[in-house]
Amino acid sequence: MKFTRLIFPAFAAGAMLLLAQQSTIDIGTITKGERPAIAIPDLRGSGEAQSFMGAFNQTLWADINGAGIFKMIPKTSYPTFVPQQPSDFQQPTAPAPAPRGRPNQMTAAPSGGGRWMQDWATPPVSSNYLAFGYTAVQNGVLVLRGWLYDLRNPAAAQVIGKTYLGSVDEAGSRKVAHEFAADIMALFGGQSLAGTHIYFNSDRTGHKEIWMMDYDGKNQRQVTHFNSTSIEPAISPDGSKVAFTSYVRGNPGIFVFSVDPVRDLRFYNQSASVNSSPWFTPDGKQIVYSSSAGRCCRIFLSDLNGSGFRPISSLSSIDTEPKVNPKTGSDLVFSSGRSGPEQVYRMNMDGADLERLTDGTGEAANPAWHPDGQLIAFAWTRGFSAGAWNIFIMDVASHRVMTQLTHGEGKNEHPSWAPDGKHLVFASTRGGRSQIYSMLADGHEVQQLTTVGSNERPVWGK
Amino acid sequence: MFDKRKLTTLCIAATLAMFAVGCKKKTPPPPPPPPPAPTETKPEPPKPVAPTIAQFSAEPTNIQAGQSATLRWEVSGNATSVSIDNAIGTVQNTGNRRVFPTNSTTYTLTASGPGGSVTSSATISVTSAPPPPPPPTSRPTTTVEQRLNSEVQDVYYDYDKSDVSGEGRDILTRDAAAIKSILADFPNASIVVEGHCDERGSAEYNLGLGDRRANSAKEFLTQLGVPADRLKTISYGKERPQCTEGNEACWQKNRRAHFSPGQ
Repeated sequence: MKFTRLIFPAFAAGAMLLLAQQSTIDIGTITKGERPAIAIPDLRGSGEAQSFMGAFNQTLWADINGAGIFKMIPKTSYPTFVPQQPSDFQQPTAPAPAPRGRPNQMTAAPSGGGRWMQDWATPPVSSNYLAFGYTAVQNGVLVLRGWLYDLRNPAAAQVIGKTYLGSVDEAGSRKVAHEFAADIMALFGGQSLAGTHIYFNSDRTGHKEIWMMDYDGKNQRQVTHFNSTSIEPAISPDGSKVAFTSYVRGNPGIFVFSVDPVRDLRFYNQSASVNSSPWFTPDGKQIVYSSSAGRCCRIFLSDLNGSGFRPISSLSSIDTEPKVNPKTGSDLVFSSGRSGPEQVYRMNMDGADLERLTDGTGEAANPAWHPDGQLIAFAWTRGFSAGAWNIFIMDVASHRVMTQLTHGEGKNEHPSWAPDGKHLVFASTRGGRSQIYSMLADGHEVQQLTTVGSNERPVWGK
Repeated sequence: MFDKRKLTTLCIAATLAMFAVGCKKKTPPPPPPPPPAPTETKPEPPKPVAPTIAQFSAEPTNIQAGQSATLRWEVSGNATSVSIDNAIGTVQNTGNRRVFPTNSTTYTLTASGPGGSVTSSATISVTSAPPPPPPPTSRPTTTVEQRLNSEVQDVYYDYDKSDVSGEGRDILTRDAAAIKSILADFPNASIVVEGHCDERGSAEYNLGLGDRRANSAKEFLTQLGVPADRLKTISYGKERPQCTEGNEACWQKNRRAHFSPGQ
């Protein structure tokens, strides 16, 4: 019950419409029955704008659907007429006059064919909300006029009525769609992920390189061109830097790059056969990593350029994957074999108060902090054979395993929370080669984001 | 009118010329004066002059052992013999010669003739120790990689373990002898001990596990006398599997230490 106390206050602000306290553990998403229903008919564009509406409608739908807080009314149930602006709505006519005859009135309910608000609120659509609008090109700018109507309040239905501007191309159409979706989601406590990025490593060029993409899998682009093995990306809290591990100079070593423009910021690697698994501290000023200096492997803390390094875990076994608490900056979780098979541990930044979080069964790895600094997602083989990883969520303070999000569909590894704390990205072999997927933190709405080559170790950041 | 005067002049000239001829015959002119009498006695043959060494130089004058320098010389005058010491011997009056001194050497050129001998010296400074002796003539034609592939076996590990087990110790003991032999035959070679893991453990943990496997193999070899400074280690974790199937036979092949040539 501790968990519900922690999660709901932050979430409650915009969730009045739909909030109903769960007796079971919930990750902040709303169960299906309580979700507001929304209809989003395809918007049309006038003239030149029409050619980008495929991308626009796909993006708007995916954002709202992916938020996991709406019941999406399928487009097949919509009336034939789709309003494009408020003036397209008509007042329902009075009940049909006599000439038609009573029998007809009983079998066919009066309908405006989409011109009446009630056409969208009643079966077969039965929506609570309707998003509509149109786009046009005006003075070389793509203009979106977007509205959201609360169909249960016809007298004052308009909840959103806004103009959005973008460039006259597909990217511009996606931008205005993301912004419209963000405004809709914000009304219900949802946080848009538009503008966030996922970093990962991919072998699609023949070598493992660091790649990045938009949160929805669009705009995939290569960050490194080492023609070596470059893995384990980490994103700085402000999104301006990426740290990773590469074999480009022989033994695995750490690199820190700026993202825009892509530039090597020159991380100093201490003398060791392995320096790996870098992660940024929440202030973005230091790096934690695993090093075999002396003997494999301890957690080290260093400045952003690698200087001033010092060990913060004592040598016992293989300590790796340090992840500093994003909220406090004062403790970290990591994985270690110090009690036998690999497990997840927590300790303070000075190495004190070491504790094992997982119960010693199976193997546990890949801890990833929720933005709230209370929960971690991680990969565990508990209940499965060695190597059969699944994603779990644990409350760190109580060591309580809250939920299991995957259930043996291939290997599921490297979970990473979205900035909204409601989505996760992870890597899975469920379709054959390792690919990157996103999902809601309750395990629903799984979306495959990559298809080319083998793609691993996603991290979600700004 | 001018023509007539010209003709007249020519006639007079011809007449005078005939007259003159007639005169010479009549009165012979005096003979030319005799050559002047020598003022000294007949000179002796020229006294022989010693040859001159116009040039004797070394270029460059400072070399490292194993490099060459060029001696240049030019002898003028009457030289019957030109020679350079340090086992070069007789040479032409003008010439050059590449030399390969292993120590600092002063070359002396001696030019001799009827007039005597002259000498000149040029010094080449050799600044470093002599190069190592050439490799033995029975230099192997195989590469380090070929030798490793044919003579050195991979060592296998248990799941999540990095210590060398019983069978692994036998393999590594044989490997140690082979590696020592290879390192002796290739005095400049080093060998990389690669640590690999199967696909089941986490990628990050396996990077550490591979490092521990490579190091335990290296320590075992070092204890058997393989020089530690010629063994490097690298962990590939599960990044470069030998086998990609999801079964124990394949996993076992990947849990290994493998030996490859160093740089």
